[in-house]
Amino acid sequence: MVDLAVYGRLARAQVRSQLSYRGSFAINLVAQALAQGSDLIVILIVFGRVSSLGGFDFHAVLLFYALSGLSFGLADLSVGSIERLPSYIRTGTFDIVLMRPLGTLTQLFVSDFQLRRIGRALTAFGTLVYVLSTSDIHWTPASALLLVLTPLAGATIFGSIFVAANSVSFWLIDAQELANSVTYGGSYLTAYPVSVFGRALRILLAYVVPGAFVAYYPALTLLDHPDPLGAPTWLGWLDTPVALLTATVAGLIWRTAVRHYRGTGS
Amino acid sequence: MIGCYLRITAAGFHRFSSYRHAVLAGTATNIVFGLIKVGILSAVYLARGGGSIGGYDLTTTITYVWLGQGLLAVVDFWSNDELSERIRTGDVVVDLSRPWNLQAALLCTDLGRAGFNAAARFVPQLLLGAVFFPFHWPTDAWVAPAFLVSTLLAVLVSFHLRFLLGMTTFWLLDSRGVRGLYGVLSVTMAGLEIPLSFFPVWAQTVLWCTPFPSMLQAPINVFVQVGSVTQLLAQQLLWVVVLAAVGRLVLARAMHKVVVQGG
Repeated sequence: MVDLAVYGRLARAQVRSQLSYRGSFAINLVAQALAQGSDLIVILIVFGRVSSLGGFDFHAVLLFYALSGLSFGLADLSVGSIERLPSYIRTGTFDIVLMRPLGTLTQLFVSDFQLRRIGRALTAFGTLVYVLSTSDIHWTPASALLLVLTPLAGATIFGSIFVAANSVSFWLIDAQELANSVTYGGSYLTAYPVSVFGRALRILLAYVVPGAFVAYYPALTLLDHPDPLGAPTWLGWLDTPVALLTATVAGLIWRTAVRHYRGTGS
Repeated sequence: MIGCYLRITAAGFHRFSSYRHAVLAGTATNIVFGLIKVGILSAVYLARGGGSIGGYDLTTTITYVWLGQGLLAVVDFWSNDELSERIRTGDVVVDLSRPWNLQAALLCTDLGRAGFNAAARFVPQLLLGAVFFPFHWPTDAWVAPAFLVSTLLAVLVSFHLRFLLGMTTFWLLDSRGVRGLYGVLSVTMAGLEIPLSFFPVWAQTVLWCTPFPSMLQAPINVFVQVGSVTQLLAQQLLWVVVLAAVGRLVLARAMHKVVVQGG
């Protein structure tokens, strides 16, 4: 509990310092919101040319996009600062992280907490509100619960991807961009029906990295839409167990990576 | 003097060639994004039952994807903030007092970078697209030199825009917000995510009046032979001249503004 208070204080200090540059913060927030918005523009342009994509109409794809964007936005906000890990390792600051009597991961999450990243989640949330208000989903207590669980499970999956992928920096210091292929790449892919992608890509980014459980399967369950690839519609309910499993695997990878780390000494 | 600039260009080339893992990681990431894009855009043609959209059929579109992914590192939309950082810390004073033209010197470094990335990032992805995917090879011999010129002009437009972004630091002191916004908007408007010919006609008209398509869509259109080459190249050249002149003007204004503290 004491630890939690410390993390809270560290994050609040970050937010206070960011809010003191109001103009810069506002522009950065807008940039983040637009970064998410540009994917939305692409979907709008695509549906200006076709009426269905991979067997799904505009509303279904918009729901994939909104759930995927909200999950990614929440993950980016809470754990996205792990992207700075290479600079921690290069400059030797990671030694300090290891010395403090606090968790290594949580320290990295809060010590560069960037409130502007909420911009992505805001665009996605706005889209989600629009989709839900115009779609004819048959609401039951169960589907409402699934709707609440989905972004949380999705954020956990993306957060785990962030951690696992950035662990590569412990071995290859200048290969951080590789992590982008599964983090940002995952966010790009999960906004579309999994059915449009080729086999190799689907296996890699939808099942090994369980991107299909971020938005695709839960949305199929919510819409009660059959999967063109033949999966049962209840599969969306597995998003929470899959998220917990992913988080466990990511935790193990992180632990192995930190054990591998040798400081440069001084 | 020319020799000095040539050496700066070579140094730029050499500097970027020393990060081998970064090149591999960057290429792998470009390829993953390329595969995702091929999936989405192929689904568009599947849903339409083939055909073409503004001169782009399925083969042309897949070719567009690999050209775009390869050109991304050559043209460079998200370059490092070295100039901004040097302006913010005041180190730029040293650069300004050297017997060179700062704009020209930075351009030479950038050309070296672009040259290295053309060999290390563009060519491998071009080959990947050509070998494993349906590929639109140019049907005329003049396309190759025209594409080279167009790519060079694209790099120049990109450099001058990034130079102007860096220059804003003289007035804003922190250009991160502006650069973040540019990084987001420029790629979509340049036609990275989806070919500009997929856009509604009014949006295409507006976008082609901006310098953004000159950085990516123009060289790609030259390669896949969509639109008039003369018009594309002329448009790019116009933007290079305009942006270079503006950059020169802004640099001159900034020089008046610089106050060197201490001695």
